Amino acid sequence: MAVYDITEDYQDLKPPVINTGVIGWLRNNLFNTWYNSLLTLLFLYLLWMVVPPFIRWALIDSHWASTSAECHQSGGACWSIIHANIRFIIFGFYPPAEQWRPLTAMIILFALLMVSRNRKWWSRYLIFTWIAGLVVMGWLMKGGIFGLTAIDSSQWGGLPLTLTLSVFGLAAAYPLGVILALGRQSKLPVIRSLTIIYIEMIRGVPLISLLFMSAIIFPLFLPEGVTINKIIRAQAAIIMFTAAYVAEVVRGGLQAMPKGQYEAADSIGLNYVQTMRLIILPQALKIVIPPTVSILISAFKDTSLVVIIALYDLLKTTQSTLSNPKWMGFSTEAYLFVALIYFICCYFMSTWSRKLEKELSTDR
Amino acid sequence: MASRQHSSSNRTAFWQDPDKRAIVYQVISLGIVLMVGYYLFSNTMANLERQNIATGFKFLDNESAFEIGESMISYSAADTYGRALLVGVLNTLKVSFIGIIITVILGTIIGIARLSSNWLVSRLAAIYIEVLQDIPVLLQLFFWYALFYQFFPSPRQALKPLPGVFISNRGLVFAVPAHHPVHSYMLLMALAAVVGSYFLRRWARKRQEETGKYFPVWRVSLLLVIVLPLIAWIAGGAPTAMNIPVLRGFNFVGGLNISPEFTALLMGLVLYTAAFVAEIVRAGIQSVSHGQTEAAMAIGLKPGQILNLVILPQALRVIIPPLTSQMLNLTKNSSLAVAIGFPDFVSVANTTINQTGQAIEGIALIMAVYLIFSLTTSVFMNWYNKKSKLVER
Repeated sequence: MAVYDITEDYQDLKPPVINTGVIGWLRNNLFNTWYNSLLTLLFLYLLWMVVPPFIRWALIDSHWASTSAECHQSGGACWSIIHANIRFIIFGFYPPAEQWRPLTAMIILFALLMVSRNRKWWSRYLIFTWIAGLVVMGWLMKGGIFGLTAIDSSQWGGLPLTLTLSVFGLAAAYPLGVILALGRQSKLPVIRSLTIIYIEMIRGVPLISLLFMSAIIFPLFLPEGVTINKIIRAQAAIIMFTAAYVAEVVRGGLQAMPKGQYEAADSIGLNYVQTMRLIILPQALKIVIPPTVSILISAFKDTSLVVIIALYDLLKTTQSTLSNPKWMGFSTEAYLFVALIYFICCYFMSTWSRKLEKELSTDR
Repeated sequence: MASRQHSSSNRTAFWQDPDKRAIVYQVISLGIVLMVGYYLFSNTMANLERQNIATGFKFLDNESAFEIGESMISYSAADTYGRALLVGVLNTLKVSFIGIIITVILGTIIGIARLSSNWLVSRLAAIYIEVLQDIPVLLQLFFWYALFYQFFPSPRQALKPLPGVFISNRGLVFAVPAHHPVHSYMLLMALAAVVGSYFLRRWARKRQEETGKYFPVWRVSLLLVIVLPLIAWIAGGAPTAMNIPVLRGFNFVGGLNISPEFTALLMGLVLYTAAFVAEIVRAGIQSVSHGQTEAAMAIGLKPGQILNLVILPQALRVIIPPLTSQMLNLTKNSSLAVAIGFPDFVSVANTTINQTGQAIEGIALIMAVYLIFSLTTSVFMNWYNKKSKLVER
């Protein structure tokens, strides 16, 4: 038996070629057991059945800027329906000459959202910037002063309406939800039971029943001669609904606060408002940022329900485009386009929420 | 005691006594709520009087005079509004019940697929979850409903994927066994088998605890559920007559018809909710640490027993509470049926409101019915949480 001289002909033994690189990855991730191989083959076959025809329909045989007559003759996707109606789908009945205004408002909104994404920018000034931004956006949409012609809110529609309903909905629902959560955690039995009744009632019924209420019953609540715009009524219903969900999320944060925090605040002589404002809420609200973002996402998706009470949001403008006999029958294309808009917005929010969750969890 | 004497001797002003202040706050807030309530109520009453709308639920006994497309109980336009609303409740329950069952099965499969060691399967499940969660459910309903009308042919050119099954833009029609008295006996036998299996399971568990002897409950129960109805069927003369749908005029006659509205609603709700259920199932399975499986293997449990006795009881504790809230969400979202014309409860109530003008009563009924659903669910949840609470030493 020879004695090995390790220093002499030692060299790294490379792993077998079938365990590394592309082949190794395939073996480990797609063909590691017989049933996984079977599954892989099955799903590859299914993808092969679905994806190439879809690409053919959506990209190769499709029409992008043709007339509806040409579309009806071909078998491919008719993206021309989007091309021809994009202004109506996005802006609804907003006067075409003034459509730069909602566009600018949306750009401001997206700029603000982009800035707020970064936690380094979070400060008191950001809140003031947001308030200023919301005022400017409201002014752009509504007009009436500083040289802009007034546009009645009944003419608002499309994507700006969807965004208005969700942004103002959450902006108003958030403080309301925090107050409700504090009420639910309160030691005073009357206040606690009132808020519990409110929260549980709202969470127990579908949003659509509140929207019906806003459309049909709300006018009855007002004294004779007073009317409130339909959009504002729907907005009120969305705020009432979202606030109950925000309240439950915030309650989770409040319950996670250790008792010592309250006792410490008591011992340095803070009163209830000071305790909450300076000690409890800053910590509790920070914990619940990720679930709050998911409420924002579902509030954004839920604004589509205003279709049912005939408000012209993004979904309704798409539907009324489809009821035009010229473009009838291209609903798949139109709905896919709207779905893409919703998806991009929600995906943006949910990835951001996940990123935030990671950052916040390492902080503590 | 000392502090009370102290406060009484020093005559603390009542606004500095927290107990008295609490009472004042509560009286004020209750007062505000009552005042706002009274204000709204009096406005409403005045408005109703001016519009000559009678209040109360008497309209429920009036003749409804509208038809309902599909119903689980006999119903015609000559029936009362009350019965129409009952039809609506039953339709809501039907779509929710079927929807929940399919959602749980589909969601579990996708959730497990998300954790699969197969990269392709796991990726596809992730894409499914992300995409379907991020698109409003109403848009999905519209999409499926429109797809039904665009892609499927008229009844005359109906697709026939299987003999006796027809798919057209009027819905899915398929052959069912022709009505025969033996079917009710088969159902009875199946029920008896389920009850029998329950007692069998109890007996087997007790025996195993006492003597350690194992009894194959699952296999025997399965056998019972299959064999007992089969015996009834054979005893009843083994009827094989089928009720096959036939094309007559513009639509099919006979067989069982599932309307496109119902199918679109069910598909939309199931596909949307399954994405959320999948995430819940994934989180539940991941919450049971791998050490538990290894420990179970170490004491010699079989794979089936590991799943049944170790993993599931722990995973279910995490899964069930969010799962019930998803089921409730599905039930609440079924109210979107009104947008695609399936006669669920909200849709029928909406028609009733439009015909009678009894808006307040109608919406109160909608809210009451959904509140009952959610209260029942939360009672169940509380019971389950108490039952499955971790028993610690």
